[in-house]
Amino acid sequence: MGQLIKNVLRRHGLLLAFLVFLAVVAVNAEAFLTPGNILDVLRQVSITGMMALGVTFVVLTGRLDLSVGSLLTLLTVIVVDQHNISGPFPAIVMTLLAGAAIGAFNGLLIGFVGLNALIVTLAMLSFLQGLVLFYSGGSNVNVQNAQDTWFAVFGRGSFLGLPVPVLLFLSGAIVAGLVLAFTTFGRRIYAVGGNETASIFSGINAPWTVFWTYVVSGLTTAIAAVIMGSRVMGAQNTIGQGYELTVLAGVILGGTSLLGGSGSIWRTVIGISMLGFIQNGLLLLGYPYYVQWLVTWAVIIIAVWIDLGAKRGRIFA
Amino acid sequence: MQDVILKVDGITKTFPGVKALDNVSFDIRPGEVHALVGENGAGKSTLMKVLAGLHQPDGGEIVYLGEPTNVSNPLDARQKGILLIHQELSLSPELSVAENIYLGAWPTNRFGVLRKKELRRNASAALEALGCGFGPDVRVGTLSVAMQQMVEIARAEAFRANVVIFDEPTASLTDAEKEQLFHTIRGLQARGVGIVYISHKMDEIFDITDRITVLRDGQVQGTIDTADTDLNNVTRMMIGRTLDAYFVKAKAEFGAEVLRVENLTKTGLFREVSFSVREGEVLGLYGLVGAGRSEVVETVFGVRRADAGKVYWKGGDIGLPTPRQSIDMGMALVPESRKEQGLVLMMGGRENTSLPHLSMFSELSVMNKSKELAAFEKYRSALSIKTTGPDQAVSQLSGGNQQKFVLAKWLCADPKLIILDEPTRGIDVGSKSAIHELIAHLAEQGLAVVVISSEMPEVLGVSHRVLAMSEGAVVAEFGGAQMTEENLIDAVSHHRGPMVAE
Repeated sequence: MGQLIKNVLRRHGLLLAFLVFLAVVAVNAEAFLTPGNILDVLRQVSITGMMALGVTFVVLTGRLDLSVGSLLTLLTVIVVDQHNISGPFPAIVMTLLAGAAIGAFNGLLIGFVGLNALIVTLAMLSFLQGLVLFYSGGSNVNVQNAQDTWFAVFGRGSFLGLPVPVLLFLSGAIVAGLVLAFTTFGRRIYAVGGNETASIFSGINAPWTVFWTYVVSGLTTAIAAVIMGSRVMGAQNTIGQGYELTVLAGVILGGTSLLGGSGSIWRTVIGISMLGFIQNGLLLLGYPYYVQWLVTWAVIIIAVWIDLGAKRGRIFA
Repeated sequence: MQDVILKVDGITKTFPGVKALDNVSFDIRPGEVHALVGENGAGKSTLMKVLAGLHQPDGGEIVYLGEPTNVSNPLDARQKGILLIHQELSLSPELSVAENIYLGAWPTNRFGVLRKKELRRNASAALEALGCGFGPDVRVGTLSVAMQQMVEIARAEAFRANVVIFDEPTASLTDAEKEQLFHTIRGLQARGVGIVYISHKMDEIFDITDRITVLRDGQVQGTIDTADTDLNNVTRMMIGRTLDAYFVKAKAEFGAEVLRVENLTKTGLFREVSFSVREGEVLGLYGLVGAGRSEVVETVFGVRRADAGKVYWKGGDIGLPTPRQSIDMGMALVPESRKEQGLVLMMGGRENTSLPHLSMFSELSVMNKSKELAAFEKYRSALSIKTTGPDQAVSQLSGGNQQKFVLAKWLCADPKLIILDEPTRGIDVGSKSAIHELIAHLAEQGLAVVVISSEMPEVLGVSHRVLAMSEGAVVAEFGGAQMTEENLIDAVSHHRGPMVAE
């Protein structure tokens, strides 16, 4: 019996802690479990979640993408600014292309040149931060004629009673999940993350595979930027600051291993949603917003710890 | 001195789904070399991990120096005088010999500062007692594998070990180094140390051990005096049957040339290597570790790049192919290290089998799981692979079963040429002979086969023709009656040609 409790705690400890947290917040803040609040959280989660889908591809190969935070800023600025210049459709196309191109550049340096992913994407984070200010000249941009454009539908619209951003996130998750689980691309990603040498010995083009995961990461961040721009109907120069860590925390919290080769999209959906509810709960309990950062730290440490524990368990079993 | 140093009494250890050790008892006497043999998965490594404190037994006890003892971790074991010398050495290459000998148990003063003089003095004494030809200050990374092993053995002196457990100690040693090791083991023996010797190599076991304990499926089959038994008897105890035809050679009926390599050169690794292999032919590639054999075949397959040379496939010049091109033409490489190069350990047999041929197992990039399952089932029964199902992680399988999945992943696409790099290294006798039979069978079906092996009986037993490699060059070729151990040894040891061009 004691052994059983121990096992349950080890395997589902995080989930149990989360449920306890939900209960505590629900008792202390009446608004927490109302449909309106839940939809709010999901709307918030849809942006980080969309980014986390692409980052999951990258993490599954055993690599990182820390550039997505400032990429989100840059692309949000681009989509809003281009919307004013050339209209919503060209703006969205341009944003998607820019996201894919920057992802491809990361992928080139990491996959083909073989540079360290942490350094390359951290440097990209800094570079894009600078590029945003170059592009915007330091001022914030806003969507003009906000009443007359269909651009607002991505962030503010709803369909069958559900917010469009949430629907976008869920359909993105389904597509990404199917790609990972059922296609040769997905299989290659798991193989490269599980054992890169063995995958090369099996004729898999590992650099090419890694390259494409970064393109995917750039693309999902671009979709997130469209949702963000549409929701805010504008873009500040700091709008995506810190998102890279929230996204990574969500991926890890879901249980996708930083060592690569194990994890999945549904895990990321759960992880990033848990994080959304934790952050919202803390706000409703009256903690200042920056407490979220302390909690994000704790979540990352605990989740990585559990991952390591699981790996050790496997080694000595 | 007692007549038994360490007694294992009814030890049981269960892992989820497996009883790895089932009521195992045996004892070690001072000054004896005691062999522990069994097929992979028989429980040898679990037993030795229990002795070294890496696993805690579920039942039974360890009686050490007459007292029931609990070994809580490897350092505890070492301090009690039980030392495990792993197949993969556990040394820090950046640290000195002395620091490695006392790794984790460095003498320090009360402020935690290392007492270097004491460390050096003690380490020197241990090295001298063993007759090592190097001092305590050398960085371990600069030593050869054999010398590094001596550093581990020096721990036996340093910690005054009563029991030393060797796990496959000769896996990567040359014959001369092996003799040196045996000399050292006899030295320890003379001091009254009890030695447990784990190996797959039967000739070594009969050479150096006094008693043999045979394990099968987690149970002790018996302990016998080495002098009173023979290979056949021990093998029968290990696998429950005798192995009569140890090697089977394919019928020598050759077809057209499949692969020809001309003047393949890679600076620092190998130079001007040429050979060819025909349909139905088994070509052996013999040489000591470091002779460049693996590097040559990895280059032919495409995972390494050559500086110069040509590869012809069925007579056509294909330049230097990528692994993808090689695989698509019908080339297969069973690499030297199945865990690092051969398998994705966290994947199951199904996903590992289809990995090199994803396009064959998919339509429009969507994986066809039923095709994968069909291939998995076909090879599970054809190669009698023991696994609980298509998605059981191959990391949980024994070495022999893992190797069979490496074979399955190549055979499922009907290759024309299969290169096997040390196909039977570190696997049990039963799987070994199954693989030898498979090699003959494949050749008789018309495949061209290249076998690399450091084991002379194996390479002579399965091949029609043998190339001897030394220091990156092919130094001799033997066929027919010239294929003898004497000729091979002569070729690789007396060759004093120019070193590989820098």
